[in-house]
Amino acid sequence: MSGGRLGKDLLGLEHLSADDIRLILDTAEPFKEISERAIKKVPVLRGKTIVNLFFEPSTRTRISFEFAEKRLSADTVNVASAGSSVVKGETLVDTARNLEAMRIDMVVMRHGASGAARFLGERIESSVINAGDGKHEHPTQGLLDLLTIRDHRPIAGTKVCIVGDVLHSRVARSNIWGLLKLGAEVAVCGPQTLLPLGIGELGVRVFRRVEEAIEWADVLNVLRLQLERMQAGYVPSTREYYRVFGVTLERLERAPRDLIIMHPGPMNRGVEIDSRVADGPHAVILDQVTNGVAVRMAVLYLLAGGRPELAESAKGAPER
Amino acid sequence: MARTLHRMAQDIVRQTPDPGSLVLIGVQRRGVELAARLAGEVAAAAQVDVPRGSLDITLYRDDLEVVGPRPLVGPTVLPVALDGRHAWIVDDVLFSGRTVRAALDQLADFGRPARIGLAVLVDRGGRELPIQADVVGQRVDTAPGDRVDVFVRELDGRDAVEVLRAAQGGRGA
Repeated sequence: MSGGRLGKDLLGLEHLSADDIRLILDTAEPFKEISERAIKKVPVLRGKTIVNLFFEPSTRTRISFEFAEKRLSADTVNVASAGSSVVKGETLVDTARNLEAMRIDMVVMRHGASGAARFLGERIESSVINAGDGKHEHPTQGLLDLLTIRDHRPIAGTKVCIVGDVLHSRVARSNIWGLLKLGAEVAVCGPQTLLPLGIGELGVRVFRRVEEAIEWADVLNVLRLQLERMQAGYVPSTREYYRVFGVTLERLERAPRDLIIMHPGPMNRGVEIDSRVADGPHAVILDQVTNGVAVRMAVLYLLAGGRPELAESAKGAPER
Repeated sequence: MARTLHRMAQDIVRQTPDPGSLVLIGVQRRGVELAARLAGEVAAAAQVDVPRGSLDITLYRDDLEVVGPRPLVGPTVLPVALDGRHAWIVDDVLFSGRTVRAALDQLADFGRPARIGLAVLVDRGGRELPIQADVVGQRVDTAPGDRVDVFVRELDGRDAVEVLRAAQGGRGA
């Protein structure tokens, strides 16, 4: 991905240009329609082999990638860390090299270590798509969030506040990079213990009170509060968190404008979000899930393509 | 071009026993505009509503491995179920036949038309597959390296067919 070009791998949004991000979002648009067809399949990745390598549990992201791959006619294999040779002490690179020796084309990887996707991408020939690496990035989630916002309003100038555990969130990081590049105004809101130090230096506004965030924002992206944060002492209790930072119907009713409510899932109802909000008219949480398949189809399609230097020579010879 | 399209519309009506079952499907990009104009002509001639759709065949191409970076994909919109209909594929230029092959594959994923016809504004020869058009606006003799460009007023501000000869590098039609 040197030079900010959409290259072999998709590791994060930090190093993509605004044009690259727009290309992915524009490409996702026609892919939405494929999932509405009676026959939800196009032959574009026929013969390509993709390995979904998940070292952390994931339901939504893995299934979403798998649907995207199957709807493009790729052949897929799922490897979960439990029950694989990983638990027998094999290193990440050895696992990937063994898979590559079976002639695969792409690896979709979820890993607990930040930077794992880049590490792998530098060491194997196949394309690597980051499906979440530690606290670093979750680029396809960031992209599907951008696509969902863009379905409702132009991203440039939109005020988006990310609420919750920003410190541990790869979703937050990918969102912040993508939103800033496309010209949105970005804020974060949460307990001080869960906001990264120096986040203001990125050009991100910080709200200490969720009421202020709601008054300011056009879009709230509500993050999941992971229950292990309580044990680690970041937050006193889930009830306390809900009382202070919960996105409740009462709080939203005082908003000066209609907000779009997003959540990357899985939700903790009654912890970070009120059930009446999650099921309410302003929630686009299921649209995010639908868009996730389209965005992942777009990424797979674009990364499986040829090389940029062939572009000019191909232009003069359209097939007819 | 208006006269050519008028004649093509007459041909389409003549070759469609049940005009009520017609659907015209334009291939992105210029085929979509041509299908829209043909639909207007056909509707006037046969006194029926003619639904029309658009097809982007990019995801069905057989040359994606060699065209370099992935081309942008345009919208595919089919407003009616194809089953039992008399569908016409409309494109600007018929050359190798590979676009039509891709379009046929794609239509099969949407349903089973009773019949599929092919109408093209320009047939420039040079087929690589056993595919022929049922309705042709004009035939142009070309060499393999020549380019045939179709311009339509909706997208280009003017209607024209231009042949760019590889040998001389000049234009003329």
